[in-house]
Amino acid sequence: MLRDIYNAMMEFVRAFGAFQLFFLRLLANSPSIFFKRFSLVVKQVYNTGTLSLVIIMVCGFFVGAVLGLQGYANLARFNAEDSVGTFAAFALVKELGPVITALLFAGRAGTALASEIGLMKATNQLSAMEMMGVDPLRRILVPRFLGGVIAMPFLAAIFSAIGLFGAHLVGVGLLGIDVGAFWQLMQQSLEIGDIQEGIVKSFVFGVIASSLAVWEGYSAIPTAEGVGRATTRSVVITAIVVLIFDFMITAVAL
Amino acid sequence: MVSESENLIEITDLCFSRGARQVFNGLNINIKRGLITAIMGPSGTGKTTLLRLITRQLIPDSGTIIVDGVDISTLNRADLYKLRRRFGMLFQNGALLTDISVFENVAFPLREHTNLSNRLIRHVVLTKLHAVGLRGAADMMPSQLSGGMARRVALARAIVMDPEFLIYDEPFVGLDPISMGVIVRLVRKMNDALDISSILVSHDVDEIATVADCSYLISDGKVAASGSPEELQKASSALVQQFMHGMADGPVAFHFEAPDYTEQLLGRDAD
Repeated sequence: MLRDIYNAMMEFVRAFGAFQLFFLRLLANSPSIFFKRFSLVVKQVYNTGTLSLVIIMVCGFFVGAVLGLQGYANLARFNAEDSVGTFAAFALVKELGPVITALLFAGRAGTALASEIGLMKATNQLSAMEMMGVDPLRRILVPRFLGGVIAMPFLAAIFSAIGLFGAHLVGVGLLGIDVGAFWQLMQQSLEIGDIQEGIVKSFVFGVIASSLAVWEGYSAIPTAEGVGRATTRSVVITAIVVLIFDFMITAVAL
Repeated sequence: MVSESENLIEITDLCFSRGARQVFNGLNINIKRGLITAIMGPSGTGKTTLLRLITRQLIPDSGTIIVDGVDISTLNRADLYKLRRRFGMLFQNGALLTDISVFENVAFPLREHTNLSNRLIRHVVLTKLHAVGLRGAADMMPSQLSGGMARRVALARAIVMDPEFLIYDEPFVGLDPISMGVIVRLVRKMNDALDISSILVSHDVDEIATVADCSYLISDGKVAASGSPEELQKASSALVQQFMHGMADGPVAFHFEAPDYTEQLLGRDAD
């Protein structure tokens, strides 16, 4: 029993150390790939960002709409229903935008990255590249990592913008809140620091989600079962790490 | 005694284990320049593992692997990648990049390592595809190719940088007789026309006999026999005879190690 706990801890420490070294190699190779092979990065921004737009926009709209309903129902008790816009904006820009975007990104783009890289490994494509004298880390992993890091803040911004539109549609369109009050109260209370916090979070979550997805794919056991497990793990670990970092960044920003 | 310059690869006292299983235990192999050397052995003897050791995708527990006079264990990442550019390797399943076309697969090493113009790259790629008979498939995607075609495209990609030696990992597995004949002919043609050396890992005895100049038979982590395919056919060793003539039982037992059959059927083995 104690031995099992010891082995599990050792395994965790070993995997964590290996990930750190891998992460440093990703960072060290990122500038040269960004400046010299930008076309590879653009393709991945399309794959991870543009192709995630539909799910981000649909979810953003309904999250905003729910915020409009809940905000109205609860703020009306204090005769503060005009503040629904402010409530939705704070919730979206500072928290829900970056966090839900990161979770959706892990589910849509992260799984695609982990399974694609894992399958490339299982079918010897990464070995073939190594044999051609091409480092798969630079050619395959770094562009995918950078693509995710660049896409995430834009996705989070779009999520928040569409969410506000959803809140507006419900609050102003359905529940009859004054359109002027909805937007003006929001503008008065939301400060640039709040938006910065959202941007910082989405950037950090982009780094977390992308690096974990490519790592899980790259370190997958090259079998059908191994790739499946790596794909699942990329979502689970990303969700946990994103929420832990969300707490830490919020605590620092307060 | 063979002079050093005649040997392209020298493997000395190689030991390698995976977990508790000892794959190689004092393996010695010399691969000569200009020849097609076949490495044979029953399934699970570590033939593919040996290729991965030669290309340093794996690191041996002990022993040395000298490639063209250089001990590959001493190379740093940059030098290793430089050395690998002189290799061409054909993987068992072709290992084509599935998201780009046949043309782009063959062009891949050129685009990564050279600054050739698109026009010149097109010229080189079409020449190599023509050599394997698949110039007409340049615009196809890897998923549209048959197994034999995929392997021929992979061969075109392996020779696109004009390597000094070609490594084939089980090139004949799972091919119909026509495709197999094509691959056998291409292996010979590439070796002679490009004046290179080839290493071929396989357990297809008949094909090896047609194409190889020199063969090594590996068993139990060591070289069990070596020589030309004709010499191996005539060897007196029971293991070599079993392998070369495809006998089901012999030194390599048909039955995997198990408890006594009767005892197990009567349920006494659990006692």
